[in-house]
Amino acid sequence: MLSYAIRRLMIAIPTLFIVITVAFFMMRIAPGGPFDQERALPPEIEKNIKAAYDLDKPLLEQYTIYIGKILRGDFGPSIKIRDFSVAELIMAGAPASMQLGLSAIFLALIFGVGFGTYAALRQNSAVDFAVMGVAMVGIAIPNFVMAPLLSLVFGLYLSILPTAGWGDGEIQYKILPIIALALPQVAYIARLTRGSMVEVLHSNYIRTARAKGLREKLVVNRHAIRGALLPVVSYLGPATAAVMTGSVVIETIFGVPGIGTYFVKAALNRDYPLVMGVVIVYAVMIILLNFLVDMVYGLLDPKLKSRS
Amino acid sequence: MMNKNQKTAMLQAAGAAGEIEGRSLWRDARIRLFRNKAAVGSMIILAIITLMAIFAPLLSPFEYDQIDWGYIQEGPNWENGHILGTDGNGRDIFIRILYGARVSLAVGLLATAVSLVIGVTYGAVAGYFGGRIDNIMMRFVDVLYSLPFMFFVIMLMVVFGRNIFLIFVALGAVEWLTMARIVRGQTLSIRRREFIEAAHATGVSNFKIIFRHVIPNVLGPVIVYMTLTIPQVILTESFLSFLGLGVQEPLTSWGVLISEGAKVIEAATWMLIYPAIFLALTLFCFNFIGDGLRDALDPKDR
Repeated sequence: MLSYAIRRLMIAIPTLFIVITVAFFMMRIAPGGPFDQERALPPEIEKNIKAAYDLDKPLLEQYTIYIGKILRGDFGPSIKIRDFSVAELIMAGAPASMQLGLSAIFLALIFGVGFGTYAALRQNSAVDFAVMGVAMVGIAIPNFVMAPLLSLVFGLYLSILPTAGWGDGEIQYKILPIIALALPQVAYIARLTRGSMVEVLHSNYIRTARAKGLREKLVVNRHAIRGALLPVVSYLGPATAAVMTGSVVIETIFGVPGIGTYFVKAALNRDYPLVMGVVIVYAVMIILLNFLVDMVYGLLDPKLKSRS
Repeated sequence: MMNKNQKTAMLQAAGAAGEIEGRSLWRDARIRLFRNKAAVGSMIILAIITLMAIFAPLLSPFEYDQIDWGYIQEGPNWENGHILGTDGNGRDIFIRILYGARVSLAVGLLATAVSLVIGVTYGAVAGYFGGRIDNIMMRFVDVLYSLPFMFFVIMLMVVFGRNIFLIFVALGAVEWLTMARIVRGQTLSIRRREFIEAAHATGVSNFKIIFRHVIPNVLGPVIVYMTLTIPQVILTESFLSFLGLGVQEPLTSWGVLISEGAKVIEAATWMLIYPAIFLALTLFCFNFIGDGLRDALDPKDR
């Protein structure tokens, strides 16, 4: 188990490095720069500004300087949002984004596995078809459609929740964004769970468990769920990535002051340090969760356990 | 060598002579697929949407970029011909949805084709050669898997401008990973089979074995996954368009229409609802067909 963990970590670090490198060069190769304006700056002023951000040096040197700073935990100043460092902006935005993202994944897991198991235990019944039909709708309606609809229905027609905004982070402002983020994942996980649960319930070890007279509840809760959860656990990595990218849109629609809103704006403005900062934070989150998922998978899957 | 016509003629003659006609795996699958009502219904709906997209100009008296000054952002009305209403610039929503369908469907199909070519080749090569090569190639896929890919696509769009050709390539380049894994797994399971060995023994080159013998035999799962990739790509394109990084005015796609609708949802619900219905219906149908195909090609657990 430990060697497995170390092996996964060995992959995680180069992955992060690749992300940083690709993102860095992609932004710099792009035509245009952060100081392109309608009215050109006087050359000497532009030169000074560029020097302040190390933008006058050759590309490779900029890259090594940047990597060095990152290793020391220095993300640099934002170019466009004056007087703020990237670290400050991320610190300010991260709590909101993380809360939304993690709650959405958590909700998706609980409801997805719950609905999926419920449907699988009643395979081919009306309940099964109903749950899977709803799940299909959940997959087919993208979250950027769901979000305005939710805000319209609950915010405007029923007026029980605020249509958008964040207030001081009170719970009622968080409900709709979390639901909008979680819904497609609930649907997907429900389908995944149902599929694997149906397969597991037909397998030999479940027949054995039933044959030795275990109560159905124990068969499902102790034996079947373990096997059925494997595909769900391995889907959690992609799910995290989906929720994080989804949050870029959801944060924009609901006006959540998270880091997702910075990303598109910063990329369009060529605010290099801010784009890099956001990409790194997201990459670390995704890689970290993937790592955790791999660990959980190793614990759940007896085949992997015996191998290492 | 006989040509194909002679062969079929012979087969038909044999059938007519009262011999039992063999049923191929594919034919079996086709029969099973056509028995699946949800899948057949989805195919019909998709065919209708596709035909509407192709013959769009014939279906509406308006142009997709024509401004009707008399009706700015007005609701659906059969009398003035704007059956699904107009947008804030007085353009007909119905015809814009159909033109959006062209972009969305084209992106879906072409990007999937790109992902198919890369994924199938990559997976088949890795699986066929196995060992070290396989290990390195699949580790590379593992690494790519854990990258926040959408962010790169977003950056790509920002960096190189909103080029529709680039959207195909970028999305295709993102979606090939799972395809490669599936094909590699399938290839591993057939690479030691007799017919591959026979091809080897008769001196067929590796390249030819992969393309003539390996790939045709792993097509089942590939087709299923392909049908599920198309809606994925359409969704991603809409997502990009929603962020304002997709196709540009006056051209449109479903994502663009939805994003315009979402901005004025309180005043003009029809601008969001109708494009969203078309998008959801299409995604729905592709998913049903994918499920139907999976059941048809792999009937073991139903």
